[in-house]
Amino acid sequence: MAAAAVSLEQIDWENPEQIGLWQDAWLRFRRNPIAVGGLVFVILLALDALFAPLLVNFHVIADPLKQNPADSYAGPSLQHLLGTDYLGRDLLSRTMFGARISLTIGLTVQAIYLVVGGTIGLIAGYFGGRTDNLLMRFVDIWYAFPDLLFILVVVSVFQPSLFVIFGAIGLIGWVDLSRLIRGQVLSLKEKEFVEGARAAGSGPSKIILRHLLPNTLGPIIVSLTFGIPRAIFLEATLSYLGVGIPPPTPSWGIMISDGNQAIFAYPHQVLVPALALAVTMLSFSFIGDGLRDAIDPRMRR
Amino acid sequence: MAVAQGAPPRGALLSIKIPRGRGAGLGLYVVRRILWLVPVLFFVITITFVLMHLAPGSPWDKEGKQLSAAVVRNLNAKYGLSDPVLVQYGRYLVNVVHFDFGLSYQYEDQPVSSLILRSWPPTATIGLLAFLMIVIFGIGIGVIAALRQNTWVDYLVVGFSTIGASTPAFVVGIILIIIFSVTLYRVTGGNFSLPTGGFAFDQHLIMPVVTLSVLPIAFIARLTRASTLEVLRQDYVRTAWAKGLRERLVVTKHVLKNSLIPVVSALGPTFAVLITGSVIVESVFAIPGIGRAFVVAVSSRDYPMILATTILFSVIVALANLVVDLLYTVIDPRVRLG
Repeated sequence: MAAAAVSLEQIDWENPEQIGLWQDAWLRFRRNPIAVGGLVFVILLALDALFAPLLVNFHVIADPLKQNPADSYAGPSLQHLLGTDYLGRDLLSRTMFGARISLTIGLTVQAIYLVVGGTIGLIAGYFGGRTDNLLMRFVDIWYAFPDLLFILVVVSVFQPSLFVIFGAIGLIGWVDLSRLIRGQVLSLKEKEFVEGARAAGSGPSKIILRHLLPNTLGPIIVSLTFGIPRAIFLEATLSYLGVGIPPPTPSWGIMISDGNQAIFAYPHQVLVPALALAVTMLSFSFIGDGLRDAIDPRMRR
Repeated sequence: MAVAQGAPPRGALLSIKIPRGRGAGLGLYVVRRILWLVPVLFFVITITFVLMHLAPGSPWDKEGKQLSAAVVRNLNAKYGLSDPVLVQYGRYLVNVVHFDFGLSYQYEDQPVSSLILRSWPPTATIGLLAFLMIVIFGIGIGVIAALRQNTWVDYLVVGFSTIGASTPAFVVGIILIIIFSVTLYRVTGGNFSLPTGGFAFDQHLIMPVVTLSVLPIAFIARLTRASTLEVLRQDYVRTAWAKGLRERLVVTKHVLKNSLIPVVSALGPTFAVLITGSVIVESVFAIPGIGRAFVVAVSSRDYPMILATTILFSVIVALANLVVDLLYTVIDPRVRLG
């Protein structure tokens, strides 16, 4: 892909702002085949997550919950392309439905990170001084709590449900984001445009939301992209340990744990969900790497 | 900065604003860092304690087993659960100061501390071996990749560290089991294969240690490679080459000394990763260690055991971070702690 993405004639020199930060980033992102590959996989996964129930309705894939004990551990056949699990449920369909849980967890948890970490980071960075000091001490202490332990404790106390797992993962992982945002805001707030906004009479909330937040968006998006595979990993781990999403909802972690029971006889029972999980996490890290290079070329390593 | 993404910002703990006198030396710094453990542990205990008492129901609610009111009353009295929550909380704090962590709920009458002591050896053995692997292989392949940038060796290391850094530990463990237990068993006709579970000081250690160390090795290799590449571009390295120094000297005396600084700072958080990992690895390989004990305690709501394990893990992580920060001053004399 050596050809320049935009030729000189295409640039509207009268309105140079037409190539903004985001178009520019997109142009660079497009030239990174690995990142684009990751993006394509994630888009396919999202389509799968959205339309899997529809595919069941139209009998394209089997019902992931339908048990058939007489047909347990069946090998691949036309009816079950990847065979069935220990309860005779279709492995392909369960793997495809597993994407729903993983993507939901990945995205929802990022929303929680953004709200909690964003608020604390913005406030600490903008107000500085004692507020900053106090909040950052709090962040330091929170950081000392090993994350999987916190999540397991929460899940043990409140019985595991989708909502509890969202909350548990979301409430422990926002620390890095709050530090990132605070650092960005600390340097940004000394810039002239913030001074200008203040001189024009903007209050703190307007300055934070209109001027500071948009300018920290690049690093935030990169950080959130890397947060998605982490959240997916944590959910899968919980499910694998038997304290995750309650059955019979198909989750890759549960499938791996179920398949583990018969690993000697039917190793593919484990391999299929394990590969789905690993490739998904890998795709998100590829996108993250690509975004980081695209949004801020100086960060390129 | 050469510090790669993913490495949690170090030095956050170093910035505690305490007036520093000229004589404030390393000793004072260490004391202050250990004192910092107090609020951290206080917080960890409080959060865990509050969560447990927010919980609906009592720890005696077991599926399928309905205890009579009298039994529940006796159990509550025995474990001090009939007192007000604040009294229980205060008593727990006082007991912890005396290293008394109470009795386990699930193994009746067993002190939590003896349960922990019993499950400590497997966890410590596997964790330390994994840490050794991480330091040797993580730094080793990272440096080699940087020195041979853009050769097949480099691509191999980059490929491994990219895939290794985003493969969950239990997936690594299961794939190892499929290769070295399942397949090897079939290929050798049942004569040789690695054991899939249990703990002993022999080949039982191989797969758990590898499983635990793959992700950190990948991470450290990536970090080492990046920082070594950065140092290799510096003028003083070019000067060293120009002086006609042999490669070994340039690498050890000039490159490594500087490129390892960000790597050492990432080794502290690596301990936290190992702790989290022990929970997973001990479940995959059925190892009777602390991580496994924690998972069992969580699923049977054995609160004293959960609390004690959480405290222990937090102390280990904090102490590991302290050691790493001290080590930091050794390899980088420009860093002044305190």
